[in-house]
Amino acid sequence: MSKLGNLGARLHHGEISYDFVGKRKIWYGISILITITAIVGLAVRGLNMGIDFQGGAVFTTPKTSVSVAQAEEYASQAAGHEAVVQKLGTGGLRIQIAGMDTGKSDATKAELAKDLNLNPEAINADLVGPSWGEQIANKAWEGLGIFMVLVVIYLAIAFEWRMAVAALVALIHDITITTGIYALVGFEVTPGTIIGLLTILGYSLYDTVVVFDSLKEQTKDITRQTRLTYSDIANQSINGTLVRSINTTVVALLPVAGLLFIGGGFLGAGTLNDISLSLFVGLAAGAYSSIFIATPLVADLKEREPQMKALKKRVLAKRAQAAAEDELVGSRSVAAGEPEDAAAAVVGPRNQPASRGRGRGRPSGKRQ
Amino acid sequence: MAAPKRGRSASAQSKPGRSLAFILIAIVALTGGMFASGHTTPRLGIDLAGGTSITLQAKADQGSAINKANMDTAVDIMNRRVNGLGVSEAEVQTQGTSNIIVNIPKGTNSEEARQQVGTTAKLYFRPVLASEPSTPAGQSPSPSPTSSPSGSPSPSGSPTASGEKASSSSASPSASATTQGRAVTDALKADSNPSPSATPSTSASATPSAPASDGTDGGTAALQAAYTKLNCAKASERATAGQNAKPGEPTVACGQINKVWYKYLLGPSAVDGTEVKKAQAVYDTQTAAGWQVQMNFTSSGAKKFADITGQLAQKQQPQNEFGIVLDGEVVSSPYVSQSITGGQAEISGSFTQEEAQSLANVLSYGALPLSFKEQSVTTVTAALGGEQLHAGLLAGAIGLALVVVYLVIYYRGLSLVAMASLVTSAILTYVLMSLLGPAIGFALNLPAVCGAIVAIGITADSFIVFFERIRDEIRQGRSLRPAVERAWPRARRTILVSDFVSFLAAAVLFIVTVGKVQGFAFTLGLTTVLDVVVVFFFTKPLMTILARRKFFAQGHKWSGLDPKSLGAKPPLRRTRRPAGPAAGSVDPKEA
Repeated sequence: MSKLGNLGARLHHGEISYDFVGKRKIWYGISILITITAIVGLAVRGLNMGIDFQGGAVFTTPKTSVSVAQAEEYASQAAGHEAVVQKLGTGGLRIQIAGMDTGKSDATKAELAKDLNLNPEAINADLVGPSWGEQIANKAWEGLGIFMVLVVIYLAIAFEWRMAVAALVALIHDITITTGIYALVGFEVTPGTIIGLLTILGYSLYDTVVVFDSLKEQTKDITRQTRLTYSDIANQSINGTLVRSINTTVVALLPVAGLLFIGGGFLGAGTLNDISLSLFVGLAAGAYSSIFIATPLVADLKEREPQMKALKKRVLAKRAQAAAEDELVGSRSVAAGEPEDAAAAVVGPRNQPASRGRGRGRPSGKRQ
Repeated sequence: MAAPKRGRSASAQSKPGRSLAFILIAIVALTGGMFASGHTTPRLGIDLAGGTSITLQAKADQGSAINKANMDTAVDIMNRRVNGLGVSEAEVQTQGTSNIIVNIPKGTNSEEARQQVGTTAKLYFRPVLASEPSTPAGQSPSPSPTSSPSGSPSPSGSPTASGEKASSSSASPSASATTQGRAVTDALKADSNPSPSATPSTSASATPSAPASDGTDGGTAALQAAYTKLNCAKASERATAGQNAKPGEPTVACGQINKVWYKYLLGPSAVDGTEVKKAQAVYDTQTAAGWQVQMNFTSSGAKKFADITGQLAQKQQPQNEFGIVLDGEVVSSPYVSQSITGGQAEISGSFTQEEAQSLANVLSYGALPLSFKEQSVTTVTAALGGEQLHAGLLAGAIGLALVVVYLVIYYRGLSLVAMASLVTSAILTYVLMSLLGPAIGFALNLPAVCGAIVAIGITADSFIVFFERIRDEIRQGRSLRPAVERAWPRARRTILVSDFVSFLAAAVLFIVTVGKVQGFAFTLGLTTVLDVVVVFFFTKPLMTILARRKFFAQGHKWSGLDPKSLGAKPPLRRTRRPAGPAAGSVDPKEA
């Protein structure tokens, strides 16, 4: 703990910080690159849509000694369609037959049972009409759309429209990356995947909201000081909540990792695996985007406001002056104190401008 | 870190015990309720318990709109059919706007269920051999003449005549007990443009003409006995009367006319419901006869209908009636006064508009007001269900263990608070899930388990937000008690805002989506709400109380709040004073 705790402390006091906002162009670039890759992947390779989207049947058998190749042959014969067979962790087989009519399933199942020398009652069947997956997907898109509109409205009210826009961009970014990874790696897309993807909605915003909340709090009195620009404070916010972001992400990922491990390793395939896989990818993307994309984006948008432009001018002027007067010259990162202090700094002009002293922070705050 | 002014809520701090007591009482009450209700485990979904789940989607191509009323009727009818198979635990529910989910627990003949559910028409026109009202009193075995099934014109006749001749025993299981008031009908007459031609009944054999051929074997007596014994005033008897009757054989059935239950002895089906091309409710403006139902038959249906009406018209009451039998229940029994040819007929009587439309619906679409298409059928054996449940629980345990380990490593003593809160949250979730099973039909399926596991993260995140805030305050040199009180309002806002976003996502998903997504969204929403409850009424008060303990207050090395390892500023001694209020007033004093 102590190391991370120390890191937290040092981040908190601004002794160390990473200039997320200042280096945003790099991260924007990286994100754009990833997004383009994702889109190209989607366009070129397309998504590997599961049986739910084509219609067909999935049979899961209990433990059996029949080999995969043999089962494939049996299944193709029984159904008259190409079959894909996977061996499961339980020793059973998962037999996928695409394009099969739901009406023919019972006969196929019976025949398969005979071939595999199993009791038909022991075979699990999942039959899907061709439009079922489409319906799920359409509903999901609908939900996605409604959610985005609502969340933008909510964030615009709770915070402000710029943050809402940034959060939305981050959200789209996450979803694009996740689907892109699905396209590139060739993971199968199932209704479970869509569930996972939709959950990312809420979750990816969770981190973003935490950072925005801190940002909002810290920038409340921003115009009453001249020490820090909006970008500076935004950067502080990210750094200040970095430990929290890391922790929340890790803690969110751990149970999903558990799911993935069990779903993938133990069951081999199925709902658990599908949900957790897309969640895992999406959560990771979400954590990244809330830190590297959303907040810098807010800063970018904010800096366009005349008020903030004026502030920046004042701050830069003051910094130049301070630099002339004082060799110490605070770099931006050094200036990472409390905005509260910053606000205080206006009231209490005796406060030394940006200096190492900020590191010790509090005293100046109390001097008002 | 602005706004220290509205930092504390003194009340929350001063009465932490009350909140804890409140949540404790809530837990005890809910748990008590759970045991009292006898549902001590969450109801398991088909994918965990084994069974068959069928998803049907309504098709809008039959001219009848997919609306709530139609969907509800369909659910009602399917419920009757499925539960008629002998299992009472099958459940039918709508999902979204156009889907119906039929869940059939393991041990049922799922193939038969599939056939039953999807079938649109289970409607037959059967000639009435005998009918009489069942008095609510109980057995009224004596077949004595009584008033006609149809309220008005046709005085019903003595059932005696026909009874003896029917054949085949048919009383069989199944079917619901739903009472549905259905239209009374009386006269069935030729349509306005009848071609009063003869078309004399050529196929005498096939058509019933009740007595006829088959009356000799033992089935006759059995059926007659069943008819005599039948008391349609009893819901339990209605439920089983005449179910699974084969169309080609006579049967008994019940029907409600003008709120009175009648029992019927019916001949073999004369015309199948599928042979009705179209039926609609119309208001007869010319003769002021009120609401009527017009039927159009297919060409083969028209012929059969002409035959049967020709035969019936020559008979006495009630044998000149035919029963319109829907899923084993007589919904209407109009009498016939003449042979109706031309494939068009209308049923008139003292219908209300609703009754007429309802009857027209039944005639047009058989039982179901809409036609349905099978979207997915999932059959899960009990073995796989158990396996999946096992895997889900195992995944949950692993996830929980990982989170706990992480929390212990990172937060040490504080993790006790987090774990206690997680346990509280878990108990509440479990109890509520168990209670929601019987209450709203919530069934725990695999995606729901998944949602619950993911929720561990969401819940733990709230504690992290709170803890990190407290640590921030400590880093600023505050002692624990003021730190807790100052950290809370800010953490609270963050938690509320982010939980709201989570909840919003869950709610939208729940409302908009279908299938497995819904179960997932429901759990996620539920746990998000519980997260807020637990953080407000448990974690925070507990933290306030623990902040008074030496172990935490003095920042023991293992408390997770050691100012030194947190890198706090040199302690501002003077801030260590009566917690809350002091924290805010420190600054001015020290200035």
